[in-house]
Amino acid sequence: MLAFTLRRVLYSVLVLLGVNAVTFVLFFAVNTPDDMARMQLGRRITAEAIERWKAQQGYDKPLFLNARAPGLHKLTDTVFYVTTARAMSLDMGRTNEGIVISEELRHRIVPSMMIAVPTLLLVVFASIATGLGLILYRGTGLERSGVIGLVALMSISTLFFIITGQFVFARVLQLMPISGFVAGRSSPLFVALPVLVLLLAYLGPEARLFRAIFLEELGKDYVRTARAKGLSELGVMGHVLRNSLIPIITSSGLLLPVVFTSTIVTETFFTIPGLGSFTIEGITQQDFNIVRAVVFVGSTLYIVAFLLTDLAYGWADPRVRVK
Amino acid sequence: MRPVVLWTDAVLFLQVAAALAYAWRAARAPHLAATWSQTFKDPAGAAAAVVLAVFLAIGLADSVHFRLRLPDVAGSAPAYSPVTTSLLDLALAHQLEGAESTYSAPLATRAFEKQTIVTEQGVKREYPRLQHAARDLADPARQWRADVLTRAALGAAAGLAATACLAALAAFALARRTGGGWTQAARRIAAGRTTYPLRAVLATVAALCVLSGVIASLTLEYHVFGTDRVGNDLLALVLKSVRTGLVIGTMTTLVTMPIAAGLGLAAGYLGGIIDEVIQYVVTVINSIPYVLLIAAGVLILVIYLDAHPDQFPTAAERTDARLFFLCVILGMTTWTDLCRLIRGEVLKLRELEFVQAAHAFGVPAARIMRVHLLPNVMHVVLINIVINFSSLVLAEAILSYVGVGVDPSMASFGTLINTARFELGREPVIWWTLATAFTFMFALVLAANVFADSVRDAFDPRTARR
Repeated sequence: MLAFTLRRVLYSVLVLLGVNAVTFVLFFAVNTPDDMARMQLGRRITAEAIERWKAQQGYDKPLFLNARAPGLHKLTDTVFYVTTARAMSLDMGRTNEGIVISEELRHRIVPSMMIAVPTLLLVVFASIATGLGLILYRGTGLERSGVIGLVALMSISTLFFIITGQFVFARVLQLMPISGFVAGRSSPLFVALPVLVLLLAYLGPEARLFRAIFLEELGKDYVRTARAKGLSELGVMGHVLRNSLIPIITSSGLLLPVVFTSTIVTETFFTIPGLGSFTIEGITQQDFNIVRAVVFVGSTLYIVAFLLTDLAYGWADPRVRVK
Repeated sequence: MRPVVLWTDAVLFLQVAAALAYAWRAARAPHLAATWSQTFKDPAGAAAAVVLAVFLAIGLADSVHFRLRLPDVAGSAPAYSPVTTSLLDLALAHQLEGAESTYSAPLATRAFEKQTIVTEQGVKREYPRLQHAARDLADPARQWRADVLTRAALGAAAGLAATACLAALAAFALARRTGGGWTQAARRIAAGRTTYPLRAVLATVAALCVLSGVIASLTLEYHVFGTDRVGNDLLALVLKSVRTGLVIGTMTTLVTMPIAAGLGLAAGYLGGIIDEVIQYVVTVINSIPYVLLIAAGVLILVIYLDAHPDQFPTAAERTDARLFFLCVILGMTTWTDLCRLIRGEVLKLRELEFVQAAHAFGVPAARIMRVHLLPNVMHVVLINIVINFSSLVLAEAILSYVGVGVDPSMASFGTLINTARFELGREPVIWWTLATAFTFMFALVLAANVFADSVRDAFDPRTARR
């Protein structure tokens, strides 16, 4: 178990390094340090000021290979090495305006998580309930219309939910503000609509998937045995649910990073000051440190989701633990 | 006129050719023919295929591009219009040229906003008559209802007549194939006792014919879905959006197919360190939030397009290049799934006798992958295209809305929704732009989802809807 965990952690670090490299290449393919300086200091600016700004930010070195430096410093005395080393020691640095990024992340992750976590839980529970409900009523008109309803739900654009949701709940019924965010007791009101929108967006595919999983489980021998022993249909469902845990965990684990990314997009529609708007800020202001920090958080989440999934397998099915 | 072949046109027509070639091959391979005919034996799948075919026809008509020849000026070489036109543009010429000055509601006779009109009696503030709607009605307030109803009824009748002709043709064809009289064949179709679900197909055709008949007859004198902020006819805009959706939905998977197939084959067949490295790359790309990848890609693209204006002589070619590369960028974030699927399939295939035998005969690995494995994973690619299609169409709308999608001047569902984003906040509410865009997008995506379901069921009986 220890060896397994250690291997997984090492691999995770390797993946984070790769992510960092890809982000770096992509970012500096779009913006050169000179562009960044001009963006920061204004268009009319002397060459010396640009040089000074670059030296201050540490962007005055070559990007990948410092041909003039001696020996190993050829590789270490570069923008890439310095920023990567800093990121790996979890020092996210400051934004171009001088705000400490890790501090900013701590503030901004609150609204993002207030959307992502309830969404994830609600989607998983609602999908299990819908899937089980459809199975319980299989062969009836209720199931047929339910399945058709799910396909229709999948075919509706998320934009439709966002736009009509804002129109109906915020404008006509005035139940909640159209957009924005205020920390404190009223904050659930601000995240209710985004959560509802994301729930509707993911309910279709997830519930259909879970229904298919349950259906497959239903064809197995133990179900027939349980029925032959006179177990009620609800009791059979209990067995089916227990045995379907592994695929359910797999798909829920895969959902975590997806929900995180969707949160980024949804936040911009509702102008919620979370990680999403931070990302957009980073891109439009050409601030590498912000972009890298958010990508770092996102990929860490992805890796953690995979680790959690693996650990959950052992909890759901003791047979997995032996290996 | 001078034909213009845009990049996406070329790829779109190549795709159609490839699909036809595949269909020809599949019809000759019994196992493929059996699975594919399964898709079309499913009533829902066949009906969805009909709807998709209509959308495809619209998209293809919008992909035949040319520059019209300008009227000759004596003594100079023939000149061509700088504007690229398509077949669909010609068909919609009436709608495209009949622009009003601002918003008007569906089937309206007067504009949506009051304008100051100077007449002989003085200056008035009133809702002006539309310039291209209900021109022959003297008193729209009284005659409008009857006029609209007559036109709709005429259109519906034409649609029904077309359906009746098609139904009769189908009955005759069936009678000739199976023997027996055509009344008997018609009865079998009506009762749904045919190998292929002719009844469902004919019902879909009927619905489509009546609907398009009504729309076509009304659009001669009205803006059926209203007009947008600058007075463009929404029917024309939404029909032109179909092509963008089709291109993104199908091309994205296809342009990155070589990478996905190559790496998937290599990872699955060669295994070992190569597999490890490819898996690592896939994990790295997967763990970057895709929005960031796409945003960065689109920014690079825009910078490139701005720096090289000389490579794109017309505006259409420029927006088309952006669409093409948007597909590539989207594909860069989605190829990992396909790669993983192909790897899994190859892992199964490489243990089979024919691959083992080829290996034992000393066939080089590259040849085994190309000749023995690639043809056998092609169906994975095809199913992947079908399944990804709907989510890509939906993704396009979101990306354009965020501002990293297609060129803002290109007609697409996303740009249409984007221009209308604040319309529901107005008083009185302007609902028709959003309603039109969402309805057409819903129809396209729903048909694609239903079709994808029956393809999946045919190829993977395990998940079949019991």
